[in-house]
Amino acid sequence: MYELVVIGAGPAGMTVVVYAARKRLNTLLISYDLGGQPLTTAGVENYMGYQFIEGPELMQKFEEQVRQSPSDVKTEIGQRVESVSRINRGFEVRTDKGETYQAKAVIFATGKRPRQLNAPGEKELVGKGVTYCAICDGPLFAGEKVAVIGGGNSALEAADDMIKIAEHVYLISLTSLTGDRILIDKITNADNLTMFLEHEVLEIKGEDRVEGIKIRDLKSKQEKEFDVGGVFIEIGLVPNSGAMKGVTTLNRLGEIEVNCANETGVPGLFAAGDVTTVPEKQIIVAAGEGAKAALQAHRYLQRLKQ
Amino acid sequence: MAREVKIYTTPTCPYCRMAKKFLDDNGIKYQEFNVAEDKAAREEMMHKCHSLAVPTICFDDEVLVGFDKAQLRAKLGL
Repeated sequence: MYELVVIGAGPAGMTVVVYAARKRLNTLLISYDLGGQPLTTAGVENYMGYQFIEGPELMQKFEEQVRQSPSDVKTEIGQRVESVSRINRGFEVRTDKGETYQAKAVIFATGKRPRQLNAPGEKELVGKGVTYCAICDGPLFAGEKVAVIGGGNSALEAADDMIKIAEHVYLISLTSLTGDRILIDKITNADNLTMFLEHEVLEIKGEDRVEGIKIRDLKSKQEKEFDVGGVFIEIGLVPNSGAMKGVTTLNRLGEIEVNCANETGVPGLFAAGDVTTVPEKQIIVAAGEGAKAALQAHRYLQRLKQ
Repeated sequence: MAREVKIYTTPTCPYCRMAKKFLDDNGIKYQEFNVAEDKAAREEMMHKCHSLAVPTICFDDEVLVGFDKAQLRAKLGL
């Protein structure tokens, strides 16, 4: 039985591991990837110590620091955790590969994933023009017409990237633009961008690949249709908290309820970073939360020994 | 038997980098096509592999879209 299982290897989870290693906790890190959400973040300008660093590069540095940790830390990468259940004197963690691991304490740091639009055609056309990773797939649509769905920072960044290479960009948002002013200013005057605010997506059209999109004005109910080759969905994120359902309390957004010491309602079960109710989803906040959770878990494990 | 492996990538895609690193670490030889620049390769990816997302990894007769270590291991017999 491990002393600590850490689930997730984004900024929070990797920081947990560094702190756990310093406390010489017998630790297992389970994660699907190494790096989490910053892997798809182009530029980070607000992580202290770096004026500018690309997300993947920052996470490479996190990973190097994890790898320098003492050998008390084992890693299992490429697995998603499906359930966490209470067993005698601890927890059992089960993954999608059918593996099970036991630990006295668990820290859940699984972050968030892109929200789906749930429009007809979306599911069928993923990987055929529908994408949730603008930074990955954007260049494939050079010279084409594309639609960017959303009004927050991710959508505005995707629109800003695409106006430089696409023939035309349609920016479609349910609400007015909610992203940072600096990003709104960047795209507002682009000749090849048309905004449709307070519009909903009715359907993404196409057989073997995306061919068009149908939208509707929320107020006038007027419908419009455009030919597009790509649809970039950037409508926010949902927490990866499925394995915590029924184990501890989630809020209405699905985030894991934690107190300021990263404790959930279950003794020995902690959570950190974007998957929790912590205000502000930022890399620097997630890293700090990981540190707090690790130290709190260490304290919990010390108490168990007494 | 060694399989011919082609990987279609864009320079900005972090999952492409992770997939290539995985192939390198496991000593798998592959051909890389940068579909952000290479239009012919983009067409090939679209029509032969029926994919419009990166990384697309094509084996002799099979296609994997995205970076999934477990599936890659299975396809490569690792």
